[in-house]
Amino acid sequence: MSVLQADRLSRAFGGRRAVSEVTLELHETECLALFGPNGAGKTTLLRLLAGLLKPTSGAARINGEALRGDASARGLVGFISHQSMLYGALTVRENIELAARLHGVADARGATEVALREMRVIERAQTPVRALSRGLQQRVSIARALVHRPRVLLLDEPYTGLDALGAAALTATLERLRKEGAHGGATLVLVTHNIGEGLALATHAAVMHGGRLLRLERREELNSASYADEYRELVGGAA
Amino acid sequence: MRPTLLAATWLVARKDLKIEFRTRTAFFAVLVFAILGVAIFYFAWDSTAVAAVDLAPGVLWVIFIFSGLLSLQRSFGVEQADRAMDGLLLSPIDREAIFLGKALANLVFVAGILLVTIPAVVLLYNLPLGRTLVILFAIALLAAVGLVAVGTLFSAMAANTRLAELLLPMLSLPFFVPVVYGAAQATSALLAGRPTAEAWPFLKLLIAFDLVFLFACTLAFPFTLEE
Repeated sequence: MSVLQADRLSRAFGGRRAVSEVTLELHETECLALFGPNGAGKTTLLRLLAGLLKPTSGAARINGEALRGDASARGLVGFISHQSMLYGALTVRENIELAARLHGVADARGATEVALREMRVIERAQTPVRALSRGLQQRVSIARALVHRPRVLLLDEPYTGLDALGAAALTATLERLRKEGAHGGATLVLVTHNIGEGLALATHAAVMHGGRLLRLERREELNSASYADEYRELVGGAA
Repeated sequence: MRPTLLAATWLVARKDLKIEFRTRTAFFAVLVFAILGVAIFYFAWDSTAVAAVDLAPGVLWVIFIFSGLLSLQRSFGVEQADRAMDGLLLSPIDREAIFLGKALANLVFVAGILLVTIPAVVLLYNLPLGRTLVILFAIALLAAVGLVAVGTLFSAMAANTRLAELLLPMLSLPFFVPVVYGAAQATSALLAGRPTAEAWPFLKLLIAFDLVFLFACTLAFPFTLEE
């Protein structure tokens, strides 16, 4: 059975369709790299898949359960977005531990320690988030998304703001999550503008433009050497 | 296992109180506003024309409503920065727990303001309260629950709009009329030295308002989260 499923998912804002009839299906350990120019609808699609937006039509499902109706299904998702989703007045540890407790993690303190170590921010655990640089906040934000060991991880340009060390830690963590998640490997959807970075992790690649999925294929079916050129051709001047 | 409604409510409330305790800016700003409001009413008062016991209930509850509104505005403001609200919505807790947690934190906040404002009004207007001070605090608690229930819901609705500061009072104030009416009438009866039984109908009004709006606002809250 598929872990993540979008069935003719659409979302309109006023008269404008941000996401139009997107259908996709991902299984355990699969990773979809989603490319597209600004305004293509990638972030809206991720927010729909996370259950943060109500679809105008269609449905998103995790393990066959509709996200909008099932609170437990929401708990299987981890989401990293442009915004950190952190509280500036709380320390790094307090932010992560709060996320762990909200997700009902049995050993919230232990899970917090592990997440902080994975993202290499353990030495800043007692620092208020507002005192951290943008890059460190991004690492903490990633630790927040991973602390409950999600089965589905949605990543919206997660490498933005990370230095080489942070990027390496994230890649290593994502690889590990895919291979040895708490309930089997995790399923990832990675939105990025960097085609090389996306294809390095992906088992599937897709191009989105004007709210539609123009192309969705398995990694082994595509030619990574020419993919960037094909992408630019597909989205025209918008790339 | 996902947290129960009560556990999630406590997590959200504790988080809000911790943030307020760390920053303290909103609490002291609202406290200063309340004290200044009480002082301004005092200096504008002609004690030869209006008796203290007639004026004080109105002063207390008007100040209470406006300082309460100020404090409610910050409630969802902390969730707007860096879209921290998304973090709450992504977790498997019931949406109602977010409302109840926020309302509980707001209640503590408003109660803290009242703990200072009521003695300030009592001292400035030299009110003959005595043992009825306990009943006045009970009225204050009932009024605070009503204010917080309605105010937290409208604060959530207004937070996503560009005119949040204007919208919250416009939406909330009409709903606060029964709270001000019930609290002011009950306080007047107390201050006039009339039997406590005379304040009872107004206390019943406050209790009914609290029960109805706490229940209705908790159920309505998830709909304010839809984008």
